[in-house]
Amino acid sequence: MEISSFVLFWAAIFTSNILLTNFLGMCSYLSVSKEVESSFGLGMAVFFVLTVTSALNWIVYHKVLVPLGLVYLQFVFFIIVIAAFVQLLELVVERYAPALYYTLGIFLPLITVNCAIFGVSLFLIIRKYSFIQSIAFGAGSGVGWLVAILMLAGIRNRMKEKFVPAGLQGAGIALIITGIMALAFIGFSGIVNVQ
Amino acid sequence: MVDVLARILTDIAVAGGISTFLAILLVIAQRYLNDYGICKININSKRDVPVTGGISLLGALTDKQIFLPSACGGRGSCGTCKCKILDGAGPLLPTEKPFLSPKELADNIRLSCQVKVKSDIKIEIPEAIFNIRRYKTRISEIVDYTYDIKGVTFELLDPDTIDFKAGQYVQLETQPYGKVKQKTVRAYSISSKPQDNKHLQLIIRLVPEGICTTWVHTQLKVGDEVFLTGPYGDFFIRNTDADIIYVAGGSGKAPIKSMLEDLQVKGCNRKMSYFFGARSLKDLYLTDEMNAFEQVFPDFKYIPVLSQPLPEDNWKGKTGFVMPYFKELIRDPKNTEAYLCGSPGMINAVQKALVELAVPKEKIYFDSFG
Repeated sequence: MEISSFVLFWAAIFTSNILLTNFLGMCSYLSVSKEVESSFGLGMAVFFVLTVTSALNWIVYHKVLVPLGLVYLQFVFFIIVIAAFVQLLELVVERYAPALYYTLGIFLPLITVNCAIFGVSLFLIIRKYSFIQSIAFGAGSGVGWLVAILMLAGIRNRMKEKFVPAGLQGAGIALIITGIMALAFIGFSGIVNVQ
Repeated sequence: MVDVLARILTDIAVAGGISTFLAILLVIAQRYLNDYGICKININSKRDVPVTGGISLLGALTDKQIFLPSACGGRGSCGTCKCKILDGAGPLLPTEKPFLSPKELADNIRLSCQVKVKSDIKIEIPEAIFNIRRYKTRISEIVDYTYDIKGVTFELLDPDTIDFKAGQYVQLETQPYGKVKQKTVRAYSISSKPQDNKHLQLIIRLVPEGICTTWVHTQLKVGDEVFLTGPYGDFFIRNTDADIIYVAGGSGKAPIKSMLEDLQVKGCNRKMSYFFGARSLKDLYLTDEMNAFEQVFPDFKYIPVLSQPLPEDNWKGKTGFVMPYFKELIRDPKNTEAYLCGSPGMINAVQKALVELAVPKEKIYFDSFG
């Protein structure tokens, strides 16, 4: 692919936002977005983990799985790598940065099973990104996810005082809001297309 | 053929190798990063207890035979293991927040199962908790009260006596069985009287898929040795002269039975009414024993109420919910205490009905199976 990493980074945020165009990573997005503060914590954790696991999984795929002919096991390996990395990260952060642990670290277990992380790892293989492109795409997707959850949390915060029909309260209205946000993001799609 | 086999074996070896490598990495990291050395827990400024850091405060205290109440076994879902932490707890976690009131937050109350011991820590716990012990017991009797309720009597071996108030509960430790690979603990009310301090009886109803109740109903037999810890709880009769309404359902009969037997020994002239809710005749048990209390106390009534009596039950007594029958037995709502034991749904409904009848909320005591 002949897209510069810089463009890919911005594209991952706006035109192919992992959450708003691919609807990946919805579970923690819906459950944590009740408060802006915790949304930011989770978003930052997703950003960091996405960036690092994109790089790790690119290496695992191209340097281990392809040479050994184990490409058909990529799903298994990507998940193992993500889970091990998140576990390790949690231990390190808890030990050396307790303050960070209490704000971001407690969200790490939620991320292990976040499909946005896994989805990005698969996309960078399918779209044949280079190592640098992969990191840019991973980081961009992380920022995009952070932006999306922060927007939803902000909107839900403002909706607290507003009337919502009983049947739509909670996840119902959150999904409708997300749908409208996704529509709004289509406005960016003319800029560049990387899908 | 050999090629394919070799291919499969190498793939398995490589996949296994990579997974093992990551697993070992994690084990090593856990070993070194989660090592907080020996930390001291200072309790009530009286005693310093050294523990190995890196585990939850609840777990650390339990290892040292100091038992904070805990009904869920440390999963952060029951909120009973609250404890005042003066120093060394670290910031409040989002997992604790829902269980703590603003006043508790201001008083530095935390959930001990969520707080990890990483440094010296200073806590305050009620003196009564020092009474709580772990008892080695032997099962001396198992009786079938109904098709799904058993009464299990435990003979205390070590320590061989217990001091508890009628209405309190103990925790039963299960051993691994069948598909259940871990020990668990669950809370059950004591149904025997405190005067017999060498035995405890628990009434246990089989909960479908319940780890502990299934263990009790299918694995335990007379002569087995099991461990209990306790006594816990503040569900006991207040020493006043107010009228009493007891309401129980299912195995909620246990603490009330203990209370009545205790009052029988001590003597009691208070007006008491006891409503027992069940589905049909086959769910009623100890009816003769409860009716017998009408002869023991000057003013006592046992009123079983069936919600769905079967035609063959030929039931002549009260039916439906228990709530509509309170009114006729309450003389003076302001001078009435209520003791409720059963499912959270029943307790909420009964509490609401009693408040509507003007029974003061602070005089309604309950033990809910959460």
